[in-house]
Amino acid sequence: MNKAPKPFPKKIVVRFIIEMVIYAMLVSVYLGLVLHLLVVWLKDLSMQQPAVYAFVSIILMILQAVALEKLTTILVNVNRRRQG
Amino acid sequence: MFFPISGVTLDPISLILIGFVIGVLGGFFGVGGSFLTAPALFALGMPMNFVVGTDLAHIVGKSIVAAKTHRVLGNIDLKLAAIMVIGTIAGAETGVQTIESLKKHANVDLVVGMVSIVVFTGISIFCLWESWITLRARRQQNVAGDAPGTTKEDSTAVDAFAKKVQQIKFPPIIVLPHSGIRAISFWAILFVSFVGGIFSGFLGGGAGYVRMPSMVYLLGIPTHIAVGTDLFEIIISASYGTIRHAMSGNVDILIALVMQTGAALGARIGANLTQFFSGPRIRLAFAPLPLLGAIVIAQRLLTGHHS
Repeated sequence: MNKAPKPFPKKIVVRFIIEMVIYAMLVSVYLGLVLHLLVVWLKDLSMQQPAVYAFVSIILMILQAVALEKLTTILVNVNRRRQG
Repeated sequence: MFFPISGVTLDPISLILIGFVIGVLGGFFGVGGSFLTAPALFALGMPMNFVVGTDLAHIVGKSIVAAKTHRVLGNIDLKLAAIMVIGTIAGAETGVQTIESLKKHANVDLVVGMVSIVVFTGISIFCLWESWITLRARRQQNVAGDAPGTTKEDSTAVDAFAKKVQQIKFPPIIVLPHSGIRAISFWAILFVSFVGGIFSGFLGGGAGYVRMPSMVYLLGIPTHIAVGTDLFEIIISASYGTIRHAMSGNVDILIALVMQTGAALGARIGANLTQFFSGPRIRLAFAPLPLLGAIVIAQRLLTGHHS
């Protein structure tokens, strides 16, 4: 499948900047609250049950990725609606 | 911020910024970005065995975000990805066993560092040469007055080699309609993915820096589809690698989660940017990146200092 590149619309840059600022604020709150609570539990798990720690790690990573993907999708959609 | 699992103190803002930059590059080039993440974490002071495992964990999350965007853009060949997963997991297991053996018998930092430098430099030089030749040929065709549409949009300077690989009639023969390939040996795909898997397990990351160029140059997959398919395949292979490394005590998931918050946004941006560039230009832009990683690792090995 061959694809011709599209022209680069300037409006996208403005959207990205707005999304990044909102995203940064939300992520800061998330890191401050959620990860801080997990530190001790994950440390103990990694020392005592490495197999459980391995599966918990991958599940946490997938859950966070899905949540952040949804968050960025919502931000993009809100921004599109706002800009018409 | 102190990360007790790996026992290192790192600035979370630096981790998020590294994640963001790697996310953009990963989404755009279809690579895990370990050629930059690994040197960056290594330079910040993480032991190399934690660098390898933690980087893999962060790649899983970032690749989920980037692959979803590529799926929407039609850049993923699911059949190709399914075959490649088999070879990658077998190769990754081989790579993980190698690094475990090195931890017992050799200086793992030195060996992994030296192998990384050689591989990264070789890939950079080849991609630079190939994409420059392709773009020059395309310019000459345009000057010669070829009618629009007669120049193949995503040709490479080594198309003939990919065609020879596709002519290997060693059964089973696979058809990949989404990638525009009428016939290719199952074993050719498996070999490319197995070699990529070895690099993934041994050097860390998804090894997209080996597999993405291999898919384009050896198998003849169009660049945009190689980027998207590689990211999709990386989700599965990097998940497997993460579990293996975590069981061996080589993953600090807290560092990976912090990095992934930046990478998720970057990956989405990078994946969307591929719409605006042709295949040879993507490959040309990709060329300096592995070399940059090689320079950072060489500097660390030579000086022994954290930057």
